[in-house]
Order: sequence, then C-alpha cells, then structure tokens
Amino acid sequence: MAETTKSHKWAMVIDLDRCTGCEACVVACRAENNISTVGEAQAAKSRAKHWIRVERYWEGDFPNARLKFIPVLCQQCDAAPCEPVCPTYASYHNAEGLNGQVYNRCIGTRYCANACPYNVRFFNFFNPEWEKPLHLQLNPEVSVRPVGVMEKCTFCIQRIKAAEIAAKAEKRGVKDGEIAPACVQSCPASAMAFGDVNDPSSAVARLAESNRATKLLEELGTQPKVIYLQRDSWHDGKNA
Amino acid sequence: MTAKTPEQINADLLRPVFQTSGRFFASVAVLGAIVMAAFGAWAYQMYAGLGVSGLRWPVYWGFYITNFVFWIGLSHAGTLISAILRLANATWRRPVTRCAEVITVFALSIGGMFPLIHLGRPWLAFWLIPYPSERGIWPNFRSPLVWDFFAINTYLIGSVTFLTLPIVPDWAMIRDKASGWRKKVYTVLAMGWRGTPRHWHRLETAMHIMAVAIIPVAVSVHTIVSWDFAMAPVPMWHSTIFGPYFVAGAIFSGIAALIVAMALLRKLLHLENYLTHVHFDNLGKLLLVMTLFWGYFVFAERLTVWYGSGTAETVVLWATQRGPYAPLFWIMVCCNFLIPFPILAIKKLRTITGTVIASLTIVVGMWLERYLIIVPSLARKYLPYSWGTYTPAWPEIMITIGTFAGMVLLYMLFSKVVPIISIWELKAGQHARPEASAAATEQAVAEQG
Repeated sequence: MAETTKSHKWAMVIDLDRCTGCEACVVACRAENNISTVGEAQAAKSRAKHWIRVERYWEGDFPNARLKFIPVLCQQCDAAPCEPVCPTYASYHNAEGLNGQVYNRCIGTRYCANACPYNVRFFNFFNPEWEKPLHLQLNPEVSVRPVGVMEKCTFCIQRIKAAEIAAKAEKRGVKDGEIAPACVQSCPASAMAFGDVNDPSSAVARLAESNRATKLLEELGTQPKVIYLQRDSWHDGKNA
Repeated sequence: MTAKTPEQINADLLRPVFQTSGRFFASVAVLGAIVMAAFGAWAYQMYAGLGVSGLRWPVYWGFYITNFVFWIGLSHAGTLISAILRLANATWRRPVTRCAEVITVFALSIGGMFPLIHLGRPWLAFWLIPYPSERGIWPNFRSPLVWDFFAINTYLIGSVTFLTLPIVPDWAMIRDKASGWRKKVYTVLAMGWRGTPRHWHRLETAMHIMAVAIIPVAVSVHTIVSWDFAMAPVPMWHSTIFGPYFVAGAIFSGIAALIVAMALLRKLLHLENYLTHVHFDNLGKLLLVMTLFWGYFVFAERLTVWYGSGTAETVVLWATQRGPYAPLFWIMVCCNFLIPFPILAIKKLRTITGTVIASLTIVVGMWLERYLIIVPSLARKYLPYSWGTYTPAWPEIMITIGTFAGMVLLYMLFSKVVPIISIWELKAGQHARPEASAAATEQAVAEQG
C-alpha cells in the first residue's frame, strides 16, 4: 500500500463552479472546531474568527455583473510563510505536510498571521466564553484556545488522526473518501473534496489534474495544498 | 571653544550631581505618574487580553511595533555617532558623546520592552531564550524575531559597556570630592579607579575596541529589525532596500533625538558654555546629510515599486500616496524633508533654534514613517476581501505617551548620578595636544588632580 512507502499528502479541491456561497462550510467548521464567537461589538471590530470564510467578489459592471464565491481557508502551504517566522515553533510543518499550530507553544507574536498572504490566521484577543448551556456543544476532540494565541484551520486534523488510527488498527490503509473535514462533509453542492494527492487514484488527485485547476496566489511560491477549480480562471485571459 | 579652568569645569558639570532643585522633584513626580499610568495600562491589557488594544484582523501589528522600531531607531543616536566621532577623533565631540550614549541605552531599553508589551502571552516570552529543557525544544533560529532577541541584547550589553567605561574616571572624581552616603556609593561605582597610567592605558584600549566593535553591532541591529518586515511576503515589506533604509532612518532619527536632548540639557542644566553653536551646527550638518539620505531612500523605494507595478505592491503604494494614508504620508514628507532640509541647508537658519525645530519635526516624521511602513501593508494584503483598518485604542496611546515620559525621566535621573558631559574627556580636550589622547589625558588629569 501507498501508506507504508510514502506519507500522505492531504489536499483539498474546491470547485468554484459548484460553490453557491451558502456558507454551510463556515457553520460546520465553527461547530466542529470549537471556534468561539466574539459577539457583535467585537465582530464589528474585525475580531471574528473564521477558519473558513466565503469571499464574495463581483465581476463586471451591472447589468453584466457576475457574482463569484471563493471559500478561503488555510491553504496548508508546502512552503508556508507562517512557519519559519514563528520564534517558538508553534507554527510548524508536520510529517504529513500539514501546517500545525501548537496552541500551547504560541506566545502570540502574531508574526505568522502577518506573513500569511491569505489572512487565514486568527488571534484570540480575549478568553473565549460559551454561555451555558452552549458549552455542552463543545467538541471533546478539539482543544479550546485561550487568550493570546493564534488559531487557524487544521484540515480537521482530529478527523484525519482518528481515521488513520482506525485504519492502522484494522491493518489497512486509509481509504479515499474516508476522511472528510467538517466543511467538505457539509457542502450541499458537493463543491469540496478531500483526500491524499500522493495516491494517484484518489478523487483529489484526479481533480487536481483538471484543466480547471488553479491555486490561490500561487505566484507567491507558497505551494498551497488547496486546489480551486473554475472554468474562468482569475488569471486574466487564461480560459480553460 | 574658549578654554575653561578645571575648577570651573568641575563646578559647572558636577553641580547637577550634588545639588537638586525642587523643580527637579516636581518634574520627576509628574513624569513618574505618567510612566506609572502606562504600566497600569499594560497591566490592564495583560489582565483583560490584547483585545483592549486597537489591533484586529488583519492588522495584527500597530502602535506597539511602531514604537519598537522607532525607539530602536533612536538608540542609534548614540553609540553609533559617538563611536564614529571618537574614531574620527573629532575634537568637538567631547561634550556630546555621553549625551548620545545615554540615549542609546535608554531608547534601547524602552524599545526592547515593546516586543513584550505586544505579545499575546508576555509571561511566556522566556521561550525565546535558548535554554536546555527536558522537552528538548529550542527557539526557532530561522525566525527574525529570534534574531532580534539576540541582536538587541548584544547591542544593549555593548552600549551599556560603551557608556560605562568612560564614566568610571568621572565617578572616581565624584568619589574623591564627595562625603557621606555619596562617598560610599561612588566608591563602589568607581571600581577602584586610581588614575594610574596603567588604568588610563587600559581605558583607552577598551574604548578603542568598543568603538570599533559597536559600529557593526549597531548596523546589524537595525538591519535585523528591518528584516522582521522584509522577510515576510507582504507587499511593500518584502524589499531588499529595507536593511540600509532602516539603518539610515535610525541614524537620522538618532541625531535628531540627540539634538533635542542636548538643547534640553543646555537649558535645564545651564550648559550654555559647553554645548555651543559649534555642536548644533556640526550635528546639523550630519542631520542634513541624513535628511538627503532619507529622501533618496524613500524616492528609490517608491519609484521601483511604482515602476514595477506589481499588483499587490501598487495597492499599498497608492493607499499611502493618495489613499486613506496619504495625509499621514505627506505630513511625514514635510516633517522629514521639506521642513528640515531648508533649515539645515541654509547656514543662517542652522542656528541652535533652527536645528532643534528641524530635529523635532524629524522625530515626529520618523515615528510616522515606522507607522506607515507597518500598518498600510497589513491593511491591504493581497485578497481584497481581507483588507482591513486600524485605529489605536487608549492603552496603546497611554503606553506610547508613557515611553516618551519614561525616556525623559530616565535621562533626568541619570544626569543626577553621572555628569552628563564627560569631565575628564573635556579636560583632556583642552590640553595643548588633545590628539595625543591617551598621553594627554594622563597628563591633564595628573596636572589637575
């Protein structure tokens, strides 16, 4: 099996031609990952945390305007600008190529967030609070982040690890489609796919080969592991 | 400079050490209150969380990092200028060097606090220190913040040494003249200085070594501070010009701060006969050179960005040139170039008052420069959906004011413990052959006691 010879390389494919901008991914992510809400006043101050957000852009002028949605989450870059700048290794590259964030090791310099071209890192300006009984909905698999630390999308690493452990117990490899981060699982338009691009038979590996495939801010050399599919590339004039 | 008798020099320069006016205590009380208020704001921020500042997504660095770069910049006044003037054996430097070196030590201490103040969890800052732990975790030596940690500490140790070495003979002199508790304190501070030829030779050698060594350290410190920005792929930060640009800006603001400090000392401690027109004129010329350097760097930086017309860079460029940050940008250009340039270039205007006015505008302008480097780039980073704004909140403003009060306070307290003009160097400079400095020094001191 591929698992024994080569490590996984988890990647996500998001089909922008399918995305309806419903934000089910945003809600699912929040529930899965214990992302605290900050309240209306703090949200107005731009302190809200969104591990995934749906960016909305208008293309063209009325009446020929076109609406475009781009779900943006941590791109899990292979050459991640956030990692080398962290003085304490709180932001680091794990063995499977994911950008780990060790909350306990974070001292809150926020340098990682500044270095990130995608602005997908969020800072805990205050200690999180959950009004009772909302605390009962917390996911026991995910740690709650205290004041002063950075947090960001993990590709639902708790789900990845759970699937890997289960597969190991059954002495088999992780099957394609077995792992779905909360956003992928909840997408009603099936615009998102998740899997191992090192496995050539996986859905993401095949989709990544599509002539509609592109990566966000790829020109910065960050080598993202989130692949966007779209008919009209946002690189001007590059139509597939 | 007209020659002064040693007795007169002693009387003038030791007066602040032995006599303290009521005005001094009043000023210390006021400044101390402001500093305490700033510490209170910091304590409140630690207790409540960094959310009490104006920082927000995506502008995660604001006033605190602006102050950090600004104060580290001011610290280049001292040691660097004083070291260069010492090595060049510029005789007019003698009353100026210590004022400058003190600025370095205090500005660096204040600047070095800001990385702590801005941390989300400042109580864990010791994780930047490479210490062996049972977990085998070390700091990340690839991070410019770790480079900063080492650079600033090296510079602090170096500049404290550079400041203290030439104070020792003056402390010994106070020891010999003082009685009571002062005698005891200065006996310890003088470290057994007896003024033997061997002592003088060792001091001269040590000063030479330090003057040579401190220059590359000073240059590297602000280069590394600039790399905090230049190493990140952020529009208008990721620039090769940042190292020299920051060093030039640091020396620029450093000289300006030195001129302001000298003017205050001159008035408050009645040093009109020591800090004369010559010093302001000479430093004014240096400041003029740095004004031109600054203008050149800003022009070179902006022209290449405009000519290259990279998508993300252009956005930040226009946000500062004619967008929401334009008012601040053009105030900065006035403060750093349009106002000081004519004042410093025209001989008639390069008076004491003139250079002080130019220096004050430059201090303001250089603070704005640091702000304009940091905030617009973070506010306009790539994806337009994630653009943001920044407004400082009261703890940031309070702490910023507190650091200025703190600088003045530290300077005032220092001038009570140490003669702010190096007495023995001044006397040595009045010797017939001041350029033969070591020998002249010994002789001067031997003659004058």
